[in-house]
Amino acid sequence: MASSTAGAHDHPIGLRRFLFSTNHKDIGTLYLILAVIGGLVGMLMSVAIRAELMHPGISVFPGLAQMLYGADPSMATDAGKNLYNVFITAHGLLMIFFMVMPAMMGGFANWFVPIMIGAPDMAFPRLNNISFWFLAVALILLVMSMFVEGAPGMMGFGGGWVFYPPLSSNIGHPGPAMDFIILSLHLAGASSILGSINFITTIFNMRAPGMTLHKMPLFAWAMLVTAFLLVLTLPVLAGAITMLLTDRNFGTMFYDPAGGGDPLLFQHLFWFFGHPEVYVLILPAFGLISHIVSTFSKKPVFGYLGMAYAMVCIGFLGCIVWAHHMYTVGLSLNAQRYFVFATMVIAVPTGIKIFSWIATMWGGSISFRAPMIWAIGFIFVFTMGGVTGVVLANASVDRQLHETYYVVAHFHYTMSLAAVFGVFAGFYYWFPKMTGYLYNETLSKLHFLFLFVGVNLTFFPQHFLGLAGMPRRYIDYPDAFASWNYLSSLGAFIGAFSMVVFFYTVIEAFMKKRYAGYNPWGSGATTLEWTLPSPPPFHQFETLPRITGAEHQ
Amino acid sequence: MSTDTRQLISRGASLMALVLPLILSASYSLAQVEGQPAPGGVGLPVTVTDVGHDTQFFYNWILLPVITFIAISVLGLLLYVSWRFNENANPVPSKLTHHTGLEIVWTLVPILILVFISVPSFRLLTKQVEIPEAKVTIKVTGNQWYWSYKYPEDQGGGFGFDQLMKAEADLEPGDVRLLSVDNEAVVPVNEVVKLQITAADVIHSFVIPAFSIRMDAVPGRLNETWFKAEKEGVYYGQCSKICGKDHAFMPSAIRVVSREKYEEWLAESKKKYAAAEMPVRLAASEVAR
Repeated sequence: MASSTAGAHDHPIGLRRFLFSTNHKDIGTLYLILAVIGGLVGMLMSVAIRAELMHPGISVFPGLAQMLYGADPSMATDAGKNLYNVFITAHGLLMIFFMVMPAMMGGFANWFVPIMIGAPDMAFPRLNNISFWFLAVALILLVMSMFVEGAPGMMGFGGGWVFYPPLSSNIGHPGPAMDFIILSLHLAGASSILGSINFITTIFNMRAPGMTLHKMPLFAWAMLVTAFLLVLTLPVLAGAITMLLTDRNFGTMFYDPAGGGDPLLFQHLFWFFGHPEVYVLILPAFGLISHIVSTFSKKPVFGYLGMAYAMVCIGFLGCIVWAHHMYTVGLSLNAQRYFVFATMVIAVPTGIKIFSWIATMWGGSISFRAPMIWAIGFIFVFTMGGVTGVVLANASVDRQLHETYYVVAHFHYTMSLAAVFGVFAGFYYWFPKMTGYLYNETLSKLHFLFLFVGVNLTFFPQHFLGLAGMPRRYIDYPDAFASWNYLSSLGAFIGAFSMVVFFYTVIEAFMKKRYAGYNPWGSGATTLEWTLPSPPPFHQFETLPRITGAEHQ
Repeated sequence: MSTDTRQLISRGASLMALVLPLILSASYSLAQVEGQPAPGGVGLPVTVTDVGHDTQFFYNWILLPVITFIAISVLGLLLYVSWRFNENANPVPSKLTHHTGLEIVWTLVPILILVFISVPSFRLLTKQVEIPEAKVTIKVTGNQWYWSYKYPEDQGGGFGFDQLMKAEADLEPGDVRLLSVDNEAVVPVNEVVKLQITAADVIHSFVIPAFSIRMDAVPGRLNETWFKAEKEGVYYGQCSKICGKDHAFMPSAIRVVSREKYEEWLAESKKKYAAAEMPVRLAASEVAR
C-alpha cells in the first residue's frame, strides 16, 4: 500500500518545509511542538499556583510579580494578587487552546485522520498551514496580554478564562490586556474553524474506496463530531467576544445594564461555546482510547456502532446543556429543571463508552504495553471525573458546590487527568509511527506512575476542600483548608516531576534509535497507519488502499 | 507485630470501611464550629437550615453512595479484566464484539439510576428556588471588594452599612482570619429571611455554606434567595465569583440571634449607621440596578 515519493511531488527541506508546509504530517508535528510549549508554560503556571496555595498566606506571587514586571516592593502584594488571577486565567486558556486542542486536533488528528481513512493528505493543505500559523500568533498575543495593562495600574487580564463582563469590560479591566486576549481568541477560533472545515471535508470526501462511514476508525469519528462541534459553536464565541470588544472600545452596551444590556447574555453565549468545548477536548481522547484498548486486547472494538453514535449523541447533548454552568445566576426554576435533566442524560452515552471499553478488554488477550497502561488509567480517572459531574449536574447540590474546589477537582479529573492521559496515551501509541523509533517502555510506565500519583494526590483532596466550601480562584484561604491544600500542592510537584521523566523518555528514544518497523504493536493494531512504514513516507497512499474487510459488522 | 495487634488493625480497618460514610457525614459535622469550615474536613459543613439538611441528605445518602459504588465498580471491573484476561492468563482472544442484551442493560440501568437521583433532586430544587413568605428582607450589594447591606424601613430598618474584611492586624481572639468582618449582618433565628442580591460594579456571588445558599450578584439584576436559620451563631461565607484583585478578601458574615436581640440590634444600628457617608453608596448601587 505504501508508495514511493519519487519525482511527482516536491519534498521541501529546512525552513521551507516547516514554515510553508502543506504536508499534514509536518503540520501535525508543528502542532505537537506548539502543544508541548503551551503545555509546559501552562504547567509551570500551575506549579506556581500550587506553590502559592501550599500554605495559608500570600508568599510566592508578590516576589514573582517583582521578577516578571519589576513591580515596586511597596506595591508587590497587590501586584502579586493580580498576577495570581492572571496566572489562573492564562493557565486555563493555555491548557485548553494551546495544549489539549493542538495536541489532539492539530497533532494527532492531522497526522492520523488522513492515514486512517486512506487519504494522501488533508483536503485543503494550504488551509491547514494557515490554521497552524493562526494558532501560533494567537499564542504570542496571549503571552503579550500578560505584559500590558489590564486592571488600573496592573499588568495582564485576571478574570478567569471565562472572562465574564463587567470584569472583562471597561469597568473591571480598562487596559488593553483584555483586547489582546480577545484578538488571540479570534485567531485561535479562526484557526480551529478552518481546521474543522478541513477535517469535515477530508472525512466526507477523501475516504479510501470501500471505507464507508460505518467502517471508519473511531478516532476519525471522534474528530468528525469534534469538528462539527467547533464549526457550530466557535462562531458564537467569536460573536460574543466581538460584542465585548465593541463594548470595550466603541461604546456599545451589549453587556452593560446601564445601557440596557445584560451581563448574563455574555455568559449564555460563552457557555453555548464553552460547554461543547469541553467535549472538543475529550472526544478525540475517546476515539484514540478505543483504538488503544482494542489494539492491546487483540480484539475489535466492542459495540462499534454504539461507540460511534454515543459520541454523536454526546456531541449533540453537549450543545444543549450550557446553562448548567449558570445555575446560580438567577435562572428561573423551569430553566434550571430543564438543564438538570438534559445534563444528567449525558451520563448515559458516556456510560455506554466506559462499559464498551471494558467489554472490549473482556475476553481479550491483554498485553500491558505502555499505551495500554495510559488507556486504563484514562478510563478510571474519566469515570472519577464523570461521577462528580453527575453530582454537579443537580442544580440543588450545585448550589452548595458551585465555584468551589469541588468543581475544580471535577473538571481537572476530566481534563487534567483524563484528557491529558488521553494525550499521553496517544503520544506513546503513535510515537513509534511518527518518529520511526521505539521508546523505552519502562520509562513511559514510570512517567505514568509519577503522573498518576501526582495528579490524583493533587485533585482528590480538592473534592474535600470544595465540599467544605473553599471557593476557587483564591490566592489565600482560611487556615482550616491548610492540610488538604498542602497535600494537593505536594501532588502537583510530583506531577510536574513526571514531565522530567517524559522529556527524558523522548530524548532517550531519539538517541538510542531503536527502529520501530511497520507495526510494533502486533496483530491487534488493525488501522491503516500500521500498514505504512515508520515514519510514513512524505506522501502516502499514492495508490489508494481498498477496504474490503467487514471488520466492524 | 503480634497477632493480636494485627487482628486489631484488620478489625479496625473493616470497621472503618463500615462507618466511613457515617464519618463523612456526621462526626466531622459534630467536631466543627458551625458557620465556618472545619480543619481537614472531608464532607459538607454542618448546616442550620432545612434546605441544608435536605442537601446533606441528598448528597451524603444518595449521591455519594451512588457515585462511590459506580467508581469502585468500574475500578473493580478494570482490575478483574486486567487479571483475568491478560495475555498470560488468556493467550487466545475471543472475537466477541456484540451483545445486544448487555448493551441494552448498560443503557437502561444508568437511566434508572438517574431517575432515582432526579426525584429528590427536583424536589430540593423547587424548595430552594420557590421563596416562602418572608418577614425580613435584606438587600445585599456586592462591591469591589466588600458587601453592603440595606435593611428596609418598613421592617424596622431604614439603614445600610458596608461589611469589610478585618485586616490581619485587627483580629481579636475568636476572630477567624479572612472570614471575620467589621460589621456583621444580623438576622432573627427561625424566621424566613429573604435576600435581594445585586452588584454595583462587577459580578460577585453571595454564599453562606452553612445555609446552603449561593446567589450571584449581577449588576442590573436583582436576584433573590432565602434561608431560615435554626440556630444562633455567626455564619461566614466568601465571595464566589472572581471579581478582581481582592476576590479572596471579601467575606460575608451573618449573625443569627433571637428576635428580641434582633430588635435591639435594629434600634442600635439605626443610630450607628445614620452617618452621612451611607446614602452616597446606596445611590450608586441604585443606579446600577
